[in-house]
Amino acid sequence: MMAEFMDGLFSIFFVETLINALLLGGVFALLSLGLNLIFGVIDVVWICYAEIIMLGMYAIFFLHAEGGMPIILAACCGIGVTALIGWLTHRFVIGYLLQAEPINQLLATGGLLFFFQGAAMVVFGIEFRNVGVSLGSLSVTEDIYLSWTRLLSFVLATLTVVVLYLFLSRSYLGAAIRAISQDREIMILMGVDTKKLYLLTSAIGGGLAGLAAALLVLQYDVHPFIGLSFGPITFMICVMGGLGNMVGGFLAAFVFSLLITVGGYFAELEWGYVMAFTFFIAAMFARPKGLFARNS
Amino acid sequence: MLNVQNVSAGYGKFQALFDVSLDVGAGEAVAVIGPNGAGKSTLMRVISGMIPAMAGQIEMEHKSILDAPAHKIVGMGIAHVPENRRLFPRMTVEDNLRMGCFMPQFRERFEERRSFVYDLFPRMKERRDQIAGTMSGGEQQMCAIGRALMSDPKILLMDEPSAGLAPVVVHQVFDLIEKIRSEGLTVLIVEQNVRQVLRVVDRAYILESGKLHSEGTSDELLQSKEIQKSFMGV
Repeated sequence: MMAEFMDGLFSIFFVETLINALLLGGVFALLSLGLNLIFGVIDVVWICYAEIIMLGMYAIFFLHAEGGMPIILAACCGIGVTALIGWLTHRFVIGYLLQAEPINQLLATGGLLFFFQGAAMVVFGIEFRNVGVSLGSLSVTEDIYLSWTRLLSFVLATLTVVVLYLFLSRSYLGAAIRAISQDREIMILMGVDTKKLYLLTSAIGGGLAGLAAALLVLQYDVHPFIGLSFGPITFMICVMGGLGNMVGGFLAAFVFSLLITVGGYFAELEWGYVMAFTFFIAAMFARPKGLFARNS
Repeated sequence: MLNVQNVSAGYGKFQALFDVSLDVGAGEAVAVIGPNGAGKSTLMRVISGMIPAMAGQIEMEHKSILDAPAHKIVGMGIAHVPENRRLFPRMTVEDNLRMGCFMPQFRERFEERRSFVYDLFPRMKERRDQIAGTMSGGEQQMCAIGRALMSDPKILLMDEPSAGLAPVVVHQVFDLIEKIRSEGLTVLIVEQNVRQVLRVVDRAYILESGKLHSEGTSDELLQSKEIQKSFMGV
């Protein structure tokens, strides 16, 4: 038994598994980025975030597969569509609930989840749709294959984190986005139009959902309930990293992907998820404010 | 420069200011004094747009500020150092200063204003990369004043700059105010520390229960038996 385990650890396939974990972590990181940004700034959890990704996937599917638009252009338009959905969500729902009880804010974004899901079902039907683009895979050695889509996701997610970090730390708007989460009331004294800044943040958050959608649509079929398959994990990553803490979320994404992939390597993939969620529950008892929360 | 005419204001249904008028001329330093809950902070908040006026008129250099959107008031040359300093606690000193320069018309002068603030408060230059919330009360007050000065305001509103500070530091804060005055800035200041503030301002208004009670020059008020009795514990 032990020898078998040790063999497993040093096998070439285990290396492949680790690389895949890293790549999957990139996708997870991208998924949680927008949700984290919105929570960090506006202090409202968008339960419907994964459904906005789903709508972005539909937008890209229809523009490319039905409209004949090149996939890159369709992806850019998809990002535009979800940015608009993010803007609308704040303009017509969250904007009115900023002073409301947190539970009511959650109920409202939870309601949006069902609204988006239901609307997608009525308008697009329940069939699974595939965008029909495959980037194939990269063969590193004879035995190891890496999916180009995952490699691309990883690179894009890392790039996005870097760009977002530079934007938040170097620009006036970025500084204002950090500042507003620390003291909303005095932003007026700095000459900041808080309503506009919230709308901008919501649009950026929405746009990040579109970017995630562009990568997911290459790997999965679109259907109205696809949000359910990665919504929960997105939330757990955000919570584990410490809601609103973008660096924490980024790291938590890799912890999760590692648990899932390695768990899947030694047992079945489902066990990987069981392990990850068990770890999540344990982590919440030990560090309720997130794995990487500062103790202050 | 700043004209407040018959202004009433409050929070929801609660009215905190009744028909208050005052004016501040260019280059003057004016204080508003009065007991707790007299409406002093409310007055400051109405002027800088943090809360709306219920009635009355406020003009800055003959332009109504009540017609402007609240976030544009700082662009008219009015900077407000709020009560309790209200720095962005998890941002560095320099990022706090940057926020004071947020409006697009201020940005190109950021470096120039920053060196002005650092010359005025060399301590802030030493602490430029420190997280604002970890500094002492006096240092935070410097940073808050510095942040307000970043927009090169014509008038500086200061709300209780000495509140919550140790007595030694209170002294330093009044020195700071004199320093700012010597730069030729117009100042409107709200204070509980009546005796000390009257030494650094030209005139003062006394507010009581949201109404204007009286006004006078600093010398008159320092001599007045009534003021000594009510505010200086003599």
